[in-house]
Amino acid sequence: MDAMIWDAGAIAAAALGGLMIGGAAALLLLVNARIMGASGILSAVIEGQRDGLVERVAFLGGLIGVPAIVVALGDPPATNITTNWSVLVAAGLLVGLGTRLGSGCTSGHGVCGLSRLSPRSLVATGTFITAGVLTVRALG
Amino acid sequence: MRALVAALAGGLFGAGLLVSGMTDTEKVRGFLTLLGPGPWDPTLAFVMAGAILPMLFAWRRTMAATPVLAKSWPDRVRGIDGPLIGGAVMFGMGWGLVGLCPGPALAALAWGGPEVVVFTLSMTTGMLALPRLRQRLA
Repeated sequence: MDAMIWDAGAIAAAALGGLMIGGAAALLLLVNARIMGASGILSAVIEGQRDGLVERVAFLGGLIGVPAIVVALGDPPATNITTNWSVLVAAGLLVGLGTRLGSGCTSGHGVCGLSRLSPRSLVATGTFITAGVLTVRALG
Repeated sequence: MRALVAALAGGLFGAGLLVSGMTDTEKVRGFLTLLGPGPWDPTLAFVMAGAILPMLFAWRRTMAATPVLAKSWPDRVRGIDGPLIGGAVMFGMGWGLVGLCPGPALAALAWGGPEVVVFTLSMTTGMLALPRLRQRLA
């Protein structure tokens, strides 16, 4: 580690956004008894799983639609995403294959699983963060 | 009613991802820069901590109550195996390459430009391909 970026405003926004994310997961768990895992919900819909289809589509509608409305009201925030198409395609494939094979992503394992003290999710989260850190370290 | 709750949860999740900065790939990759290159940005840890807090209470509540609009709590999956770890390695590599995971990709899908659309299409292709790949390899 060379140095650390410490931006108090960004950290406050991060904590607030985090509480909103956790609040959404708690709502979905306590009312609908569903785990709020973005990859699990998306893959169930695109695979055409009939059971729970309507609520999963409604969830994705909110997830895609609400940020779209918020952004439309002001200036779009920067995504700073790479414009290298082969990297985008390769990374997308890895994320899609990996989240299915490993049964979850940052929301399912990282938020819902860690808060349940699930050993499975602890291992998954530790592994994907380590793989991400090593990838950034190796490729910059 | 369940669909309405799901839409509310999805909307709150999306707004939270936007507010927290998770749709900014530079912030996410900044967190993954723990071992360099360049300075480390710890912001993402605060998103995780903030998100885990309400869920700690929610899981405690599941021990004492039944779901409001469902019969039973979701089944608990157990066991640490090769697919769990292998999948997490692949996911982490993709996450590190671009700085997007599935939730933020969807939250930025409508306004993030063609790059987010290509990433998301590629991600869904990977999701759909996995069961077929596993069948072929089995």
